[in-house]
Amino acid sequence: MDRELRARQALRGRDIAALVEDDRVHRDLYLSDELFRLEQQHFFANTWCYVGHASQVPAAGDYVTVQVAGRPLVMVRDADGDIRVLNNRCAHKGTQLVTDEHGNVGRFFRCPYHAWTYRLDGQLQAIPHQEAYASTRLLQCESGQGMGALRHVAVYRDFVFARISDAGPDFHAYFGDVLAAIDNLVDRSPVGRLRVDGGVLRNLVHCNWKVYLENINDSVHPMSTHESATRAAGALWRDQPDDAPKPMAMEQILPFGAGHDFFDRMGGRVYPNGHSVLGTHFSIHSGYAQVPEYEAALRAAHGDTRATEILQRSPQNAVCFPSLAVKGSPQTIRVIRPLAADKTVVEAWSFRVEGAPAVLFERSMTYNRLVFSPMSVVAHDDVHLFESIQHGLRAGDNDWVSLHRDFDPAELAGGVRDVNGTNELLMRNQFRAWARFMTLTMEP
Amino acid sequence: MSPAEFVAHEARLLDERRHDEWLALFADDGRYWVPLRGAAQPEGAAINALADEDLLLLKLRVERLKSARAHSQHPPSRCQHVLQASTLTLDEPDRCELRTPFLYIESRGERQLTLAGTTEHRLVKVGRDWRMRLKRVNLLDAGTALPAIQLFP
Repeated sequence: MDRELRARQALRGRDIAALVEDDRVHRDLYLSDELFRLEQQHFFANTWCYVGHASQVPAAGDYVTVQVAGRPLVMVRDADGDIRVLNNRCAHKGTQLVTDEHGNVGRFFRCPYHAWTYRLDGQLQAIPHQEAYASTRLLQCESGQGMGALRHVAVYRDFVFARISDAGPDFHAYFGDVLAAIDNLVDRSPVGRLRVDGGVLRNLVHCNWKVYLENINDSVHPMSTHESATRAAGALWRDQPDDAPKPMAMEQILPFGAGHDFFDRMGGRVYPNGHSVLGTHFSIHSGYAQVPEYEAALRAAHGDTRATEILQRSPQNAVCFPSLAVKGSPQTIRVIRPLAADKTVVEAWSFRVEGAPAVLFERSMTYNRLVFSPMSVVAHDDVHLFESIQHGLRAGDNDWVSLHRDFDPAELAGGVRDVNGTNELLMRNQFRAWARFMTLTMEP
Repeated sequence: MSPAEFVAHEARLLDERRHDEWLALFADDGRYWVPLRGAAQPEGAAINALADEDLLLLKLRVERLKSARAHSQHPPSRCQHVLQASTLTLDEPDRCELRTPFLYIESRGERQLTLAGTTEHRLVKVGRDWRMRLKRVNLLDAGTALPAIQLFP
């Protein structure tokens, strides 16, 4: 597999595209170190990846360090209040300017190695002993050009995305109408503002990032994968008296046991470039207890029509391909950060919804803890199966992973399509986008 | 059983997978808590946890582990607590608190995970026996990217 790939001299776009067929994908997409290297070089550079949330850097000089497409980056609030995404690398020797997860650098970055300094927009500010460079070509070459700010950064309702390469569609053309899923999340605040809070849960999963991402759209797995957790929860809950108030944890875990018909009827929608919404009609999140005073505040802020639209829409997951999954209710996001062909970090972030009662924040934290924590009894079975896939795919002569469920040749026309909730188009659509952005900057 | 003996016994039950007996060591209002910021996290702060469970959720965990369809337990996880001597930080006739630094090893198949930290036990007398009102596990690296932790540090 990997050996074969390496044996072909240089992989060309058409070799890569051949790995994604209409109704199945080649196992090298999950297994090959060489393809992962190319993904870092091409795919993650050509797509718009989630960097962070503006509320993480409220004041000038505030920063968070992140890695996108294998590149160390720093998201910083500059002196004008704008958000910049800079290479976290001193132009001199390559030292990272900051190595904490987050912090405040004050008015400028200062390299700890030789004290080169940079303004908050990444421009070179000063070099000690500048006279020694006077007759050199430093300022004419890359090393004299500062940290380098990413040219393609978009801040959409405080969600910060970046595209590393110059190729590909601009931000709005890339995401299109899936951005409504972010609107649905942000508009749950009567004042239209979210704040990251409560800490981030980080999971190290020994599987390819695509295994995790396609599972976000897999509504057939819960019945069998999560049977042990939902059965145990159901059995415990049966012992409770009829009038017992349902604890938040039970309210959140029990719906995982819903049947195939439920997940099929919830509906899904795919968008160009790999994006999707699962649960266009309803979802396992639709049954959470309502909060009357909050609904009133939302109606006052947004008007009846919009408020109803927001509250009645609780999709299971919206995927902003390839790095972000959003839940409007509870208010959480998952960020997928690939590290290697067989290693992925998944972060689960909670939001405080400004102007909404504390119970929404509690729901967000509780959900992340119950379902997306390294100690989650729901996730344990998922993670085991993801890691099992990563091993199992090596077996046998079958090079292919099946995505045949509900395939319809008409879907090849692309565009926005509404389908049943268990249709694997939600995954096929991701792989078609993968092939497109992977090969965009390759020899055809 | 002295409080220090209780702590050693509690760890032993977990290491021997005697989960029902372990559950019986909790008071009715008992809580098992693994805060996300470890020892630095103040009680009551609005910060998440890797686990924060009352008896209902702990029972769910234990019942699930008994299920043949708990896929992630094929093969089963094993664990070993290596405890340092406990220190009594509160010592009263009907309640006490202890700090116990530990190493925790959880393994499954060929993969082994080692965690370090300090456990804080808050014990109350129920009849003649000590029971846990709180077992707080302060992990050294709770906030980092962690693989699945399937048993109980």
